[in-house]
Amino acid sequence: MLRTEEMLLNVGPQHPSTHGVFRLVIKIDGEIIKKATPVIGYLHRGTEKLAENLQYTQIIPYTDRLDYLAAMTNNYVLCHAVETMMGLEIPDRAEYLRVIVMELGRVASHLVWWGTYLLDIGATSPFLYAFREREMIVNLLTELSGARLTFNYMRVGGVKWDAPEGWIAKVAEFIPYMREQLAGYHELVTGNEIFVNRVKGVGIYTREEALQYSLSGANLRCTGVKWDLRKNEPYSIYDRFTFDVPTRDEGDAFSRYHCRMEEIEESLKILEQAVEQFPEGPVLAKVPKIIKVPKGEAFVRIESPRGEIGCYIASEGKKEPYRLKFRRPSFYNLQILPKLLEGENMANLITILGAIDIVLGEVDG
Amino acid sequence: MDEDQDLSKQKAAAAAKAKAAALARKQAKEEGPGNPSGEDDLSKQKAAAAAKAKAAALARKQAKEEGPGNPSGEDDLSKQKAAAAAKAKAAALARKQAKEEGPGKPSGEDDLSKQKAAAAAKAKAAALARKQAKEEGPGKPSGEDDLSKQKAAAAAKAKAAALARKQKSPGDEGDLEQAKAKAAAAARAKAKAAAAARAKAPAEEIPENDIKNEPSPNQPVLNQIVSAIERHVGQDALLDHYINKLSKDVPTVVANPDTYYSIAELFRYDAQLNFSYLSELHGTDFETHMEIYVHLHSFDMNQSVALKVKLNREAPAIPSLVPLWSGANWPECEAYDLLGIVFRDHPDLKRILLGDDWKGYPLRKDYQPYDVEV
Repeated sequence: MLRTEEMLLNVGPQHPSTHGVFRLVIKIDGEIIKKATPVIGYLHRGTEKLAENLQYTQIIPYTDRLDYLAAMTNNYVLCHAVETMMGLEIPDRAEYLRVIVMELGRVASHLVWWGTYLLDIGATSPFLYAFREREMIVNLLTELSGARLTFNYMRVGGVKWDAPEGWIAKVAEFIPYMREQLAGYHELVTGNEIFVNRVKGVGIYTREEALQYSLSGANLRCTGVKWDLRKNEPYSIYDRFTFDVPTRDEGDAFSRYHCRMEEIEESLKILEQAVEQFPEGPVLAKVPKIIKVPKGEAFVRIESPRGEIGCYIASEGKKEPYRLKFRRPSFYNLQILPKLLEGENMANLITILGAIDIVLGEVDG
Repeated sequence: MDEDQDLSKQKAAAAAKAKAAALARKQAKEEGPGNPSGEDDLSKQKAAAAAKAKAAALARKQAKEEGPGNPSGEDDLSKQKAAAAAKAKAAALARKQAKEEGPGKPSGEDDLSKQKAAAAAKAKAAALARKQAKEEGPGKPSGEDDLSKQKAAAAAKAKAAALARKQKSPGDEGDLEQAKAKAAAAARAKAKAAAAARAKAPAEEIPENDIKNEPSPNQPVLNQIVSAIERHVGQDALLDHYINKLSKDVPTVVANPDTYYSIAELFRYDAQLNFSYLSELHGTDFETHMEIYVHLHSFDMNQSVALKVKLNREAPAIPSLVPLWSGANWPECEAYDLLGIVFRDHPDLKRILLGDDWKGYPLRKDYQPYDVEV
């Protein structure tokens, strides 16, 4: 019998597979993980503290830097919280622009996840394809907002400015192209035996555990919970579109993969309808130059690519929030990691961590 | 709009006649079939725009003066079309001018000034259209003052403004047919949007006072929750309960620190309530007290509830919710880390975001940054 001995292993904080600065202290016995302790906070910038001294419009750029792979949703959740408290009515064109950029962001975010996840587990070429398509989205959003990732595009009451001439047509062109590429992705990866063996049956949790750990997004839907805030608590104009909420029942890494890939298709459906219905009109509601939120508090939540992102505002009726809190989906989703890793083979660590799809900017706030 | 008109009227009165003539010449050129797009040079356009605006103001004044007594016998279609097109053009031009005039404004004000300019453009365009109509039918008296016509004009203005916003390249301005088609499309979309807005409006546009008096659709849910708490936890378990109108009508209950855990337990395990999902947990320093805000969701009821508890600010401590929802683990660590709230029986309460040697709790309102190196 081979004698083994427990060993402490540090993964990160700078390790490429953690996609940011994230550290895992792992106690291993041979190749088996006995205990994993996540260490986070390396990217903590105190966004919530900073926001207490900023006007609402000034906070928007900070939200870009939380989940920097889908900054539009972050922009939106803050604006949505403020608008909900003020009871603002948003012009239609602005809402359509918001939905279009948020869904583009969702596709881009899932593409980054797809590419890097496969890169993590050893497939190099999908990364190149994913980033080729993602670059097109980034270019579209750059043309609209002037920035590649930190868009700062939304405003309380609408969006910063209207889409440039011909922009909507470019989005419309992108949709069929992306569909075609997506079929190629499936051909390239989804049925690949090596890939399937790496992810199938790995990192399993049940529906009850997912709910117990407050998981959201694809991490929750992969256990059969049909829950998407766009559908179940419709915000903005999502009730005007026809789309499905993809779910799987297995609760393993492969089912999370499927959920995300199908979500890209659903986002394309939404984009298609939004582009078709795109109305004329103003892109900003009539809002005072200095935005003051009525005294009180509110918590709103919306569906980001990573799950449920929420924003809590406590206001004293001043131009700065008294307290601002973001419910960051990556932060909640990551909690289940130690449980999933316990007793796992070391080689599955990256498969499990990657399938959660975290963004460290969001984990650390 | 009216102020704008009055002002420009007065200003325009002296110089406008000559400029109106120039404008008429320019318009004639633009409307001619072989309209060259060589008028792109900026100064010319600016001058033209200024002239148009002034002439428009004057025309409006004249129209007003001449207005009441005139018969209305010139409803022919082609003229109306031309007028609409002219309005669109004028609006576009005015908008452009407005943009050029305000280059130094910070981008935050951009949208506002844009809107203002658009409004002004609408007014000017209308005035211009009236004048143009007069010029085109020299023998005919101008009697556009009947009500239905004015309404039509107002609608056209809105269309033109929308069109102008869409059209940005000056080359498009000359193309009447295209402009017309676009305006029509824009009008359709606008009508649709307006209808949608109307449908939405009753829920959102009620003034605050009315909202307070109107019973919330979630009131029965709140009653159900409160009665369950009173039945199972105790009559005085709650300090307060209300519907939070600002937060999408979420039923909110305020527990006192002794009953907080029992209420949470009830929410978690009660067969009817079954709040199986903890959506959010965080603390806030309200200076007079600390507060924990917990947002729970029940998939069975398809309903959220907010559970709040006020804590003594000097020694904030409360039972941990981790035994009920594992998802409360890290959020409670965060509240401990940033606010210093102690969660009793938490499996591993630690500073989760800041370093272990950090001094103080940053999200407290009286926090003083402490740094040994400064």
